[in-house]
Amino acid sequence: MASGEVITEDQQIPSPAPLSRRVDLKTNLLTAFVVSTNVLGNFSMSWGMKHQVTDLGLSPLAYIRLIFTPWVLLGTTLLIVWLLSRMTLLGWADLSYVLPVTSIGYVLNAVLGKVFFGELVTWQRWLGTGFIVVGSIFVGLTAANTTQEDRAG
Amino acid sequence: MKWLMVGIIVGSTVLADLLQSFEMKRHTVAVEDLRPGRLVGMLRGLAQRGPLVLAVFFMAISFFAFMKLLSVADLSFSVPVTAASVALETVLARLILKEEVTPLRWAGALSVACGVALLAM
Repeated sequence: MASGEVITEDQQIPSPAPLSRRVDLKTNLLTAFVVSTNVLGNFSMSWGMKHQVTDLGLSPLAYIRLIFTPWVLLGTTLLIVWLLSRMTLLGWADLSYVLPVTSIGYVLNAVLGKVFFGELVTWQRWLGTGFIVVGSIFVGLTAANTTQEDRAG
Repeated sequence: MKWLMVGIIVGSTVLADLLQSFEMKRHTVAVEDLRPGRLVGMLRGLAQRGPLVLAVFFMAISFFAFMKLLSVADLSFSVPVTAASVALETVLARLILKEEVTPLRWAGALSVACGVALLAM
């Protein structure tokens, strides 16, 4: 476009919709990945801890030995992946957004605890998970990043 | 023992999250950096950032306390009760990280906190 040429409003302002959708999709996909690795990691860890035969006490060596048992090792690996993916997500979205939105994982943990471990999930706990779901939806409706322009796309 | 572990988990999680959010906002990881060929370089870069190293230290404390908690309490108690940090971190995100916490977001955080209280009953 030649210098000094008049730019109409349509030409000057690009439609934000495609970028916005792309950023939302990227953030949403990463959020789902963060929740999945957290839930599966916690489940594996819990499975490994429930099936360990010795009392751990407070000895650090006992905990380090326990980390190298299969289920706890799988859980630890998944939680390391969770940590790194969550760090990335914290760069893309607010802390006050990430925390409640990823809380949906607590509900999934309660379901897994009931199904696989036969844990007693009382009506208070189900009501609590309901509150967490509602809270996650509320926060999910707000803008993900309020402190800076998106630079990660 | 159970509630001592919960206290340690919540305190160290709050510190770790604030440090991570602060540092990751300063140097955002791009989508391109998540490709397999660049992943090692990205991880090496993360390991050289002081606040992230400190955050990982606090997360390690939280992790071992969580392991102990899992050995003395149910999974359906252990995981939700650690979400007590949500309300505290939302307040600190507003005050320290200067995030814009709208009424809808406050309502959401409060709802999550109520959920946590019910789960801990």
